[in-house]
Amino acid sequence: MASSTHTSPNSYYLPAPSHWPVVGSVAVFLLMLSLVMWMNDVNGGFLVMAAGFAVLLYFLFGWFGTVIRESESGLYNKQVDVSYRWAMSWFIFSEVMFFAAFFGALFYMRALSVPDLATGDNAELLWQGFSGRWPASGPGIEETFTPMGAWGIPAINTLILLTSGATVTWAHWGLKKNNRGQLTLGLFLTIALGILFLSLQIYEYVHAYHDLNLTLGAGAYGATFFMLTGFHGFHVTLGTIMLIVIFFRALKGHFTAERHFAFEAVSWYWHFVDVVWLMLFVLVYWL
Amino acid sequence: MIRRTAHTLLVMVLSCWAGLAFGEMRFNLQDQKTALGHTVYDLHNAIVLICLIIFIVVFGAMLYAIWKHRKSVGHQAAHFHENTTVEVIWTVIPFLILLGMAYPATKTLLAQRDTSSPDLTIKVTGYQWKWQYEYLQENISFFSMLATPRAQIENIEEKGENYLLEVDNEVVVPVGKKVRILLTAGDVLHAWYVPALAVKQDAIPGFVRDTWFRAEEPGVYRGQCAELCGKEHGYMPVVVRVVTAQEYDEWVAQQQAEQGTAAAATATTDAAPETPQAPAAEDAGAAAPAAAAGGDGAEVYAQSCGMCHETGLAGAPKIGDKAAWAPRSAKGLDVLYGHAIGGFNMMPPKGGNLALSDAQVKAAVDHLLAQSR
Amino acid sequence: MEAVHGHAHEHGHDHHGPTGIMRYLTTTNHKDIGSMYLWFSFAMFLLGGAMAMVIRAELFQPGLQVVNPEVFNAMTTYHGLIMVFGAIMPAFVGFANWLIPMQIGAPDMAFPRMNNWSFWLLPPAALLLILAQFVPGGGAGVGWTMYPPLTIQQGMSMDLTIFAVHILGMSSIMGSINIITTVLNMRAPGMTLMKMPLFCWTWLITAYLLIAVMPVLAGAVTMLLTDRHFDTHFFNPAGGGDPVLFQHIFWFFGHPEVYIIAIPAFGVISQIIPAFARKPLFGYSSMVYATASIAILSFLVWAHHMYTVGMPVQAQLYFMFATMLIAVPTGVKVFNWVATMWKGSMTFETPMLFALGFLFLFTLGGFTGLVLAITPVDVQLHDTYYVVAHFHYVMVAGALFSAFGGIYFWLPKWTGKMYDETLGKWHFWLSFIFFNLAFFVQHFLGLAGMPRRIPDYSLQFADFNAVSTIGAFGFGLSQLLFLYIILKALRSGEKAPQKPWEGADSIEWTMLPTPAPYHSFEKPPVIR
Ligand code: HEA
Ligand code: HEA
Ligand code: HEC
Ligand code: CUA
Ligand SMILES: [Cu+2]
Repeated sequence: MASSTHTSPNSYYLPAPSHWPVVGSVAVFLLMLSLVMWMNDVNGGFLVMAAGFAVLLYFLFGWFGTVIRESESGLYNKQVDVSYRWAMSWFIFSEVMFFAAFFGALFYMRALSVPDLATGDNAELLWQGFSGRWPASGPGIEETFTPMGAWGIPAINTLILLTSGATVTWAHWGLKKNNRGQLTLGLFLTIALGILFLSLQIYEYVHAYHDLNLTLGAGAYGATFFMLTGFHGFHVTLGTIMLIVIFFRALKGHFTAERHFAFEAVSWYWHFVDVVWLMLFVLVYWL
Repeated sequence: MIRRTAHTLLVMVLSCWAGLAFGEMRFNLQDQKTALGHTVYDLHNAIVLICLIIFIVVFGAMLYAIWKHRKSVGHQAAHFHENTTVEVIWTVIPFLILLGMAYPATKTLLAQRDTSSPDLTIKVTGYQWKWQYEYLQENISFFSMLATPRAQIENIEEKGENYLLEVDNEVVVPVGKKVRILLTAGDVLHAWYVPALAVKQDAIPGFVRDTWFRAEEPGVYRGQCAELCGKEHGYMPVVVRVVTAQEYDEWVAQQQAEQGTAAAATATTDAAPETPQAPAAEDAGAAAPAAAAGGDGAEVYAQSCGMCHETGLAGAPKIGDKAAWAPRSAKGLDVLYGHAIGGFNMMPPKGGNLALSDAQVKAAVDHLLAQSR
Repeated sequence: MEAVHGHAHEHGHDHHGPTGIMRYLTTTNHKDIGSMYLWFSFAMFLLGGAMAMVIRAELFQPGLQVVNPEVFNAMTTYHGLIMVFGAIMPAFVGFANWLIPMQIGAPDMAFPRMNNWSFWLLPPAALLLILAQFVPGGGAGVGWTMYPPLTIQQGMSMDLTIFAVHILGMSSIMGSINIITTVLNMRAPGMTLMKMPLFCWTWLITAYLLIAVMPVLAGAVTMLLTDRHFDTHFFNPAGGGDPVLFQHIFWFFGHPEVYIIAIPAFGVISQIIPAFARKPLFGYSSMVYATASIAILSFLVWAHHMYTVGMPVQAQLYFMFATMLIAVPTGVKVFNWVATMWKGSMTFETPMLFALGFLFLFTLGGFTGLVLAITPVDVQLHDTYYVVAHFHYVMVAGALFSAFGGIYFWLPKWTGKMYDETLGKWHFWLSFIFFNLAFFVQHFLGLAGMPRRIPDYSLQFADFNAVSTIGAFGFGLSQLLFLYIILKALRSGEKAPQKPWEGADSIEWTMLPTPAPYHSFEKPPVIR
C-alpha cells in the first residue's frame, strides 16, 4: 500500500501506538487526588502531589519531545499543519469560554446580585444598611478593603503585555525573513517581559494582601479580582513556559521561514492572553 | 412468536394495573383552590390537548406509513425528497401553534407574578429541616416541622393518613384574602410548594423572594419542600390551614397571647429553635440542632470553648460578636457543626476536648450562635 | 491525501502493534478507541443503572426500607452524573470514533494520539466518582446539578466529584477538537460538507456545543471549589454572591448539554431510518439547518430550569418564548423522519424498531418538555417527578434507544458478525414496554405533586411508584439481555454480508469491506 512512502509530501501522518496518553492520565489522576487530599487535610497529599508532578513532567517531556521529533523529521505535511491550526484555534476558543464563566460571574455580581442585596425586601428584611456600591465585599462582611487602582502597576502591566505582543510579532517577522538573530532576540524580550509582568503581579498580590486587606475572602470584589487575575496569571505562566521552550528550540535551529507552526501556536496563545488582560484591565481594574 | 409474547405481556401489565386501580389515582394536577390555580389547570389541559392532537396527526401518518408502505406488503420505495413548500409549511404551522400557546401563557404568568397589594404578609424562612413563619404585622412567629413519628417512617407503626404531610404547627391564613409569602432561607436552598394553591417558590439564603395566593375555600392544604436541601429534604412538609376571617382573628389573638408578643417585634430574634423531631436525626453526624441530646450547651461552652471564644484567643471569633458570626452562620449550621467537631484552621477539633460527644459540641455551637445573633 | 503510519506500520490490513492490554493502552486507532468508548460507556450504564435500581427499590413503597436518606441522595447524584457523563456521552463519542473517519473517507481521526488520551481520561474520572462513595461522609447528596450552598456543606466526596467533572471536561474538549478538525480537514476529495452523512454533521455541531460549554462548567465547579476551600463568596450572599449565580452558569452549560446528548442521537436515527425505509432522507439540507438552529437556540434558553428562583418576570417571559421556539426545528426533524418513511419500502429489523421507538417516545418527551417550557405550568411541575419523566423520555427512550439502534445497525460493519435478530426484537419490545411502565406513570406522580429527590413519600403516591419500580426492574433486566446478545454475536454470530441492510448508502457500507479493515481509507476514496 501507498503508505510505505514515509516521507511522501502528501501523506497524512498517523502516529504509532504510544504510551504517553496513559502516562498523562496517571499524572492527572494523581494531581487531582492530591489536591483533594490537601484540601481535606488527608495525610500524604504532598507525596501524591510530588509523584503527580513527576509523572506530569515525564509526560510533557515525552509527548512534546515525540511531537517535536516527528515534526523535525518532516513527517507532517501541509494537511497535518492545517489540522494543528484548527486544533489550536478551537483550543483557544475553549479557553475563552473558560474565562467567560468568570467574567459572567463578575458581571452578575456587579450588575445584579450586589445591587439587588441593597434594595427592596432584601435590604429591608435581611441586610439593613448595605450600600451595594461597587467595589463591594458584601453585606455580611464587616472587614473593609481598598480596591486595586488601575493606574499604578496594572497600567504598567498593560504596557508590558502590549509590548510583549509586539516583540513576539517582531520575532515572527524575523523568522519569516530567516533572520535568526531577530527571532531569538524577539523571543528573549518577550519572555523577559512575561516574567516582568508576573513579578509585578506577584508584587501586586502581596501589596493587596498586606496593605489593602484585599484577599480572596473579600467578598464579591476579592473573589472576582483574584480568580480572574489569578487564572490570567496562570495562563501567562503557561505562555511564558511555552515561549521558553520555543526559544530553546529556536536556538537549536528548529523552524524554517516557511514551516514553524509551533511558533505560531505559541504566539497565538500569547496574543490571546494579551487580549484577556485588556478585558481585565478595563473591566476589573478600571471601570 | 414475538407477537404472542408481546400480547401476553400486555395482558400482564393491564391486569397489574387493574389490581392497583382501587387506590386513589390522580392523572392530572391536584384540584386547585385558587383562581390562579384554575387558570393554570386549564392552561395545562389546553397545551396537553394541542400536543395530543399534533401527536395523533404525526404518528397517525407514521403508523399509516408503517402499515401500508412496508416491504412485506410489497410496497415499492418512491424516491422523492427535498420539497421546499412542504418544509416551509411544517416550519410555519408549528410556529403559529406556539404563538397561540404563548398568549394565554403570558397572561397567566403576569397574573402569577403580581404580588402587589396583599392583605396579609408572611415571611417564611427555610431551614434544614423546618420552616419558620413570621407574621410581620401581627408579630407572630413559630417553627413548623414534620410531625410524623419516626416509627411510621421506619415501618414499625402503621402509616397515618397524612403520612409525611403533617406538621406540629400549621400556618393559618384567612380565606379569600391575598396572602403574600416572603421567602428566604437560613442555610441552603429550599422551595415552598403547595400544589393545591398553585404556589412554588425557591427560598434562597440571603435573598427575599415572594409569591402569593388567595385561597377560595377553607381547608387544609398540604405540600412539601421542593428543592433538594440535604438528607431530610423529603421530610419537610408545608401545611396551610385556610380558615374563615373570624377563626383567623381568634387564632391570631391566641398566638399573640401565647407568645406574649402582641407589641414588640421580636419575631426574628428568638431564633434558637427547640429540638425538632427530625426523623433521621439519630444517624451519626446528623446535623439537626442537638441541644437535647447534648445536655446544656452553655455549660459545655463554658468548660471547653470559652477559653478562646470568650477572649478571642488564637483569633477565635468572640461570643456575642455579631459581625464575626454572621458570615459564619451564613455557611450553614452543618458546616459550623462540622468545623467545631472536626476542627477548622486554628479551631481545634471539639475545642481540644475530645471527650465531648458530637451532640455536646453541637449544643455548644447552638449556644454560641444563640448568643451571637 | 494518504496516510503514513508510525513505526508499527506494516503493509496489509493487519495490525502489528503491541498486543493484549498494551494494545488498548497505547492504541492510536480510531476503531480500537471507539470500541473502548463503547465498552466503557456500557460499564458505566450498568453502574448508573444499578444506582437507579437502588433508587427505585427504595421508592417501591412509602417508608424507608433499603437505604438511608444520605445514601439515597448520593445514589440520585451519581446516577445522574454517571449516566450523563459516563454512559450516554461516551457512547456517542464511541460512535463518532468508529464512524466519522469511515463516513468521510479518512484514514483515522486527525489526532490519533490525543484521541487515545481523550478516552483514557475517562477511567480516572470514573474512579474518582466511585471513590467518592467510600470516603468519610459518603457520596455527595447534592443532585447532579450540584447547587450551592448544599454543595458547600458536603465533605471530601464533593471535591472528588468536582475534580472528576474537570477531567471529564478535559476529555470532552479534546475529543471535540479532534472531531471538528477531522470533519473539517480530513474529508476525502469530493466529500463536500453537504455530502457528508448526517451523522457527521450532527457530531460537528455537537462538538461545537461541547467546546463552548464544557469550559463554562469547569469554571462553575472551580468556583464551587474555591467557595468550599478558599474563602471566596461567589455563591454566598454574605459576600455579595448569589446561589442563583451558580444555577445560571450551570444551566448555561446544562441546557446545551442535553442537546449534546440528543443531537448525535438524531444523527444515528437519520442514518437508520432511510436505510430501512429504502428511501433517501427527505430533507437533507433542512435537517442540517434544523440541527444547527437547535444548537444555537440551546444557548439562549438556559433559565427555563430556573423559573422558580424569582427572576424578573420579563426574564421569565423571554426564556419561555425562546424555549418554546426550539419545538420548531425539532419538529422539522420529526416531520422529516416521518416523510422519509412515507412511501418507502419499510422493513423492521431491530435497528429500525429502536429508531421508531425513539421517534415515538422522544417526541412524547419533547411534548412534555414543551409543557415544562410554559412558565406558569412549570411553576407547578418544577422539581417534581414530571420533570423526571420528561428527561427520561428524551434521554433513555431518546438517546439510549438511539444508541442501541446504532449498535445493532453498525455491529455487522464493525465486527463482521450478525446479532441474533429474534433476540434483538425481544430486547426492543421488553425495553419499550418496561420503559413506559417505569416512566409513564411518573408524569402522574409529578402532576399530583410528588417532589423529586426524596427517599420517601406520602401515601397518595404509593401505587404509581410501585408500578414504576416494577417497570424499572424489568427495564434493567432487559439490558442484561442486550449484553448477552452482543457477547453472543461477538463469539458465535453469523458472518455478516457486505451490506446487511439493503437501503444503507453511506460510504462505510458502499466503499469499505465488512468487517471494516483495521485502517480505514489509507488511500482516500474518490467521491462522485
Ligand atoms: C436529551 C435531553 C433533552 C432534550 C432533547 C430535552 C428537550 C426539551 N426540554 Fe428538557 N430536560 C432534560 C433533557 C432534555 N430536554 C433534562 C435532563 C432536564 C432536567 C434536568 C434536571 O433538572 O436535572 C430537562 C428539564 C427541562 C425543563 C425544566 C423543568 C424543570 O426543572 O422545571 C424544561 C422547561 O422548559 C425543559 C424543556 C424542554 C424542551 C422545550 C425541549 C424541546 O427541545 C423539545 C422539542 C420537541 C418537541 C416539541 C417534539 C417534536 C416537535 C413537533 C412534533 C413539532 C410540533 C410541536 C409543537 C408545535 C408543540 N426540559
Ligand atoms: C441518560 C441518562 C439516564 C439514564 C439512561 C437513566 C436511566 C434510569 N433512571 Fe435516571 N436520571 C438521570 C439520567 C438517566 N437515568 C438524571 C440526569 C437524573 C437526575 C439526577 C438528579 O436528580 O440529580 C435521574 C434521576 C432518576 C430518578 C429520580 C431520582 C430522584 O429524584 O431521587 C429515578 C427514579 O426513578 C431514575 C430512574 C432511572 C431508571 C430506572 C433508569 C433505567 O433506565 C436504568 C436501567 C439500567 C440498568 C438497571 C442497568 C443494567 C442492569 C444491571 C446492572 C443488572 C442489575 C439489574 C437489576 C437487578 C434489575 N433516574
Ligand atoms: C484553642 C482555641 C479554641 C477553642 C478551645 C475552641 N475554639 Fe472554636 N474557634 C477557634 C478559632 C481560632 C476559630 C476561627 C477559625 C477560623 O475561622 O479560621 C474558631 C471557630 C469556631 C467556629 C466557627 C467555625 C467556622 O466554620 O467558622 C465554631 C462553630 C466554633 N469555633 C465552636 C467551638 C466550640 C463548640 C468549642 C468548644 C467545644 C470551641 N470552638 C473551642 C478557636 C478555639
Ligand atoms: Cu428543604 Cu428540601
Ligand atoms: Cu433545558
